[in-house]
Amino acid sequence: MANKRIDEPTGVPTVGHEWDGIEELDTPLPRWWLWTFYLTIVFAIGYVIAYPAWPMIDKATEGVLGWSSRGQLAEEMSAAEQARATMRERLARVPIERLEEDSELMQQAVAGGAAAFRVNCVQCHGSGAGGNQELGYPNLNDDDWLWGGDLKAIHYTLTHGIRQPGDDETRTSQMPSFAGAFDSSQLDDLVDHVLSLSGKADASNAGAQLFADNCAACHGSKGTGNREIGAPDLSDAIWLRGNSRDAIKHQILEPRMGMMPKWEGRLNPVTIKMLAAYVHSLGGGEDFLEVAADPEVKVDDQP
Amino acid sequence: MQAETALGRVGLWFLIMLAALAAAVGAADSGFAAHATIIALVAFVMIWMSASRFDPVGKAQGFFQMPEGPSRYDDDPIRWGVIATMFWGLAGLLAGVFIASQLAFPWLNIEPYLNFGRLRPLHTSAVIFAFGGNALLATSFYVVQRTCRTQLAFPGLARFVFWGYQLFIVLAATGYLLGVTQSKEYAEPEWYVDLWLTIVWVAYFVVFVGTLAKRKEPHIYVANWFYLAFIITIAMLHIVNNLAVPVSFLGAKSYNAFAGVQDALTQWWYGHNAVGFFLTAGFLAMMYYFVPKQAERPVYSYRLSIIHFWSLIFLYIWAGPHHLHYTALPDWAQTLGMVFSIMLWMPSWGGMINGLMTLNGAWDKVRTDPIIRMMVMALAFYGMSTFEGPMLSIKSVNSLSHYTDWTIGHVHSGALGWNGMITFACMYFLVPRLWKRQRMYSLRMINWHFWLAALGIVFYAASMWVAGIQQGLMWREYGPDGYLVWSFADSVAAMFPMYVMRTVGGLMYLGGAIIMTYNIWMTLAGKLREEKPLRDAAYDPQADRPIVNQPSAVPAE
Repeated sequence: MANKRIDEPTGVPTVGHEWDGIEELDTPLPRWWLWTFYLTIVFAIGYVIAYPAWPMIDKATEGVLGWSSRGQLAEEMSAAEQARATMRERLARVPIERLEEDSELMQQAVAGGAAAFRVNCVQCHGSGAGGNQELGYPNLNDDDWLWGGDLKAIHYTLTHGIRQPGDDETRTSQMPSFAGAFDSSQLDDLVDHVLSLSGKADASNAGAQLFADNCAACHGSKGTGNREIGAPDLSDAIWLRGNSRDAIKHQILEPRMGMMPKWEGRLNPVTIKMLAAYVHSLGGGEDFLEVAADPEVKVDDQP
Repeated sequence: MQAETALGRVGLWFLIMLAALAAAVGAADSGFAAHATIIALVAFVMIWMSASRFDPVGKAQGFFQMPEGPSRYDDDPIRWGVIATMFWGLAGLLAGVFIASQLAFPWLNIEPYLNFGRLRPLHTSAVIFAFGGNALLATSFYVVQRTCRTQLAFPGLARFVFWGYQLFIVLAATGYLLGVTQSKEYAEPEWYVDLWLTIVWVAYFVVFVGTLAKRKEPHIYVANWFYLAFIITIAMLHIVNNLAVPVSFLGAKSYNAFAGVQDALTQWWYGHNAVGFFLTAGFLAMMYYFVPKQAERPVYSYRLSIIHFWSLIFLYIWAGPHHLHYTALPDWAQTLGMVFSIMLWMPSWGGMINGLMTLNGAWDKVRTDPIIRMMVMALAFYGMSTFEGPMLSIKSVNSLSHYTDWTIGHVHSGALGWNGMITFACMYFLVPRLWKRQRMYSLRMINWHFWLAALGIVFYAASMWVAGIQQGLMWREYGPDGYLVWSFADSVAAMFPMYVMRTVGGLMYLGGAIIMTYNIWMTLAGKLREEKPLRDAAYDPQADRPIVNQPSAVPAE
């Protein structure tokens, strides 16, 4: 059956088979192809000698280089740890109140805090720390603080979180629900009064009276809030959940209250300190003693 | 006698319908109930068709028509396969463009049925298994008959393979949208759909091997080696990777036989060889028949085809662990996955060389024949992505590229460039021959399709390369103080322009496929487009030479 012939355009003989008009040439293997193939095989043999490769009865061959992925990771991690060891030790020793005195250490803490913030905080506060009014995540760039904006206060909030069940020292406040407490014209007056505190509406006597009776106890007679109990300042231009009439009504009738995780136990104390330094550095950080009676801060000695 | 047979068939389908309805009523979850309802619907259609097919005159016509006689090839399942390839291709590409848009514009996620998580497996399964699978079914039935010079063995079983496979696709696709998944990439369908596919696949194997066994040619053509490797290996991969224990025989949920890193390794042994044996071996089989046919040239090297076939199928099966670099997989398995991938480079290129060099003596056709042009482009992309693959399997490269969009770009330069282009070329070859037309409705439209698709791939691959490398670099960038510079969300935000460009590329590719569908539609309708032929200006080698042995011409004064 062999029907060999010379293929004219290439000058190569055919193998002699034919299927539905298809023939095959008897071209030898291209040399460069064959030698590259051999080369990859030689590389492969060398590689399996150098690196862990062949499974044996107990364990695999370890390779003459002694490399392992876990070993490489451990080496790289310990190199990174060592590079930061001094800074971390100093940071662990310094009380948070005195961190700012050491400007170089403060700088390093801010850098480390920025990295930790990108991993742990951006999910709610956003990568620019701008927060989200719709969901009620505070903007951390401004100078309006619900619970205080000095290093110690921020550190406390980070450590114990807000409204965290199971932590007696967590920050807790509660805005009561006023559903059914006002008729609709009263509600309008009250909203007008709240808006008037920041000059966005005209005040009325009725509204002022309602505010004084129901709200001033926490938010203060001028609506400036109270950081000791976490009552927001209503007289500035910064709003946690928006300043539309609807948003304010919603917050009076069915108040929504956010949570913040406590990071104690989840992040190490040094990282929490660095986070406090970073958040403090964002633009609204306050100096000490502006807040009168802040809860006592414990200084961590353990790194 | 005939009436009894017909009655028996109707009764059988009626029983299946009842069983399916009972399963729907007793189902443990809504996904399983929906699938049982689909089976009941199919059974109802079969009752109706068996009854209407009952033809006392005894002239079997219509849907399940068997071949006309021993002197004709059995081409009906191939014609259906071509149409199914086009249909699922459009569906899969559309799903792809949509999920690409979802990544750029997340508000396009329509919960719960049309969110990214459910549409992504719909896209991958539609293009790989529905589009690619139907192309493989149709071309394998076509090629095995021609190169064996015989009709398909078991024509009834061949029809079962085609329709059974479509049922598998419908069950898989509806399952994804309803949230039925076993969460294994490219193997998402649950246990009962897997069992069904196993039955269909064994029938496919029987038809293919049966046809090889009754061949009238002394030897088995190389394309059939590749088809057979594809069918056997996919059967093995499918069965092992889908070993699972169902929670209830009336519920969709099952638990996998393997756990932890064993499960991961089994999954990527499967996943990588789905690429190796479905998208490479199967499509090389198509290449080995249709490229020499279209070029009208002998295959470049018989020896190369032997060596690269055996080295390809031997090496491919070990390369899967390179999907699990720097994971819990033991180092030794990662090493082996990497070195086998590197040795795979030349065996893969053997197919490209054999395809491209087959054009020796016919390279001029690249200028005039848009189908050849598509085949050359397909082989070029095959070569590119089979170089890129071994390169990405090197651990130090992989530590940059892994989990980034580079992988997506790599997959698509192979899928759009190689699998898509070679399939389109084969469909353009098949349609006029299967429907006995003089030629395609329009050759110029094939050319438009070629350029749209080629440009679309460039947009897609280039944007994903940039995106992937940028992601990899952002994720590992440390500032001078030794802290990471970017958050993950920063890298997501940085991808936006690339994701938009990728969507544009996908749209162009889809546009080409729509032109193809129109072209095929008009060809089936028996129309020929009046157009300028795709040829160069006339060239006369006799006139193209200096004049000798003649006195110099003297200008007339």
